[in-house]
Amino acid sequence: MQTKFFGYRRENGRVGIRNHVVILPLDDLSNAACEAVANNVKGVLAIPHAYGRLQFGDDLDLHFRTLIGAGSNPNVAAVVVIGIEPVWTSRIVEGIAATGKPVAGFAIEKNGDLNTICAASRKAKEYLQWATELQRTECDMNELWVATKCGESDTTSGIATNPTVGNAYDKLYEKGSTLLFGETTELTGGEHLVLERCINDQVRKDFQFYFDRYAKVVDDHKTSDLSDSQPTKGNIEGGLTTIEEKALGNIQKIGRKAPIVGCLEKAVAPTGPGLWFQDSSSAAAEQVTLCAASGFVVHLFPTGQGNIIGNPILPVIKLCSNPRTLRTMEEHFDVNVSGLLRREINMDQAGDMLLDMMIRTCNGRLTSAEALGHREFIMTRLYESA
Amino acid sequence: MAIDFLVHEAADGVGVVVVEGLKANQEITGWVMKEDQTIKIKILNDIPIGHKVAMKDFAAGDTVIKYNTDIGKVVAPIKKGEHLHVHNVKTKRW
Repeated sequence: MQTKFFGYRRENGRVGIRNHVVILPLDDLSNAACEAVANNVKGVLAIPHAYGRLQFGDDLDLHFRTLIGAGSNPNVAAVVVIGIEPVWTSRIVEGIAATGKPVAGFAIEKNGDLNTICAASRKAKEYLQWATELQRTECDMNELWVATKCGESDTTSGIATNPTVGNAYDKLYEKGSTLLFGETTELTGGEHLVLERCINDQVRKDFQFYFDRYAKVVDDHKTSDLSDSQPTKGNIEGGLTTIEEKALGNIQKIGRKAPIVGCLEKAVAPTGPGLWFQDSSSAAAEQVTLCAASGFVVHLFPTGQGNIIGNPILPVIKLCSNPRTLRTMEEHFDVNVSGLLRREINMDQAGDMLLDMMIRTCNGRLTSAEALGHREFIMTRLYESA
Repeated sequence: MAIDFLVHEAADGVGVVVVEGLKANQEITGWVMKEDQTIKIKILNDIPIGHKVAMKDFAAGDTVIKYNTDIGKVVAPIKKGEHLHVHNVKTKRW
């Protein structure tokens, strides 16, 4: 496999594969101003979202980690933050500034939308013209952070597409990449297999903690069972019958070679190379957003029935092997490994096909989700606002 | 030879249909991936792509094995060759 790619080396040494100037709202109220700035200054990226008011405790901490993490992501060159008031706005700005990248904050109170939009647009234009002169440089695979999740899975996911990611993960592990998987409830029925892969007792204990914590959420809120939502209606239409079957297919994504070196809280970045577990929802947009907030720069996303998820700052590479899905919605996919089902290619070849597309994506090729404008930025909430 | 269904491991009680349009009473050809064996089975129902065929008879209460691992319990009897899905198999969890 190729071991080099051309990325953007940021002030803190991390490497990105995109060069966005982001207009980031602190809260729901500031979405309109952010979108107005993105309309004024062509080529910057507003990331509207639904939250940021009256959150508290762990849920508020996660809100800040998610926004600061997204702004700090190496796929982002510079950030303009807009919030309703200056105190929390500054907290986001200071968090992102720790990376060394350009960032400025604007508050709407005592200014109104129009003055805020004017000032923020001038700063956004300055950042954009600066960022567009940055050049890609040659980077090594051990500088690349790669995340994965599967979505709208079916039985072909467990047979072909998820093991393709596993094959790629085995090869990336040997090159020293930083790798992530999550989807806590979607390991149910295969959690013993994840525990076997943990590198030591502490990591096993941490994984069990996150697994049990999420299982308690399910137990506390479920009605009869989760059969109406996990597996999803799409999973069932695609032939998956139980959560156990879905989980055993899901786990194929972590391959066979890399031990799990650590477990992470939501939106917390890993501290070294190797394979990490991150506690997360199994809903695609939530998990991918957490990966973006944790510093991952490219995402491998196998699907069976055709999940069409994208993310504003984290390119999501779709692979599929289901011939019906590929035939009926082919514009959503980047890698077709349906040859596995016909025995025309083997898993090693499929893994190489995915890695080839991953490197092309790192070098600048837009994913199908990017080309189609999928920018799902969905923040995980832990409980109600105050 | 063209493959109609796949089985992860010989120990599994189910196969997965990977082509469209299979009809009841067809004899279909499968590949056991781990052991690299070719097998045949007559299906008793129409089975859509991605859905499972029972590789043996099951009684209510039996455990279904796929990936050589427990994927749930049988809740209605299933004959070898029948469509095995949410109408006759349920999770043991939650």
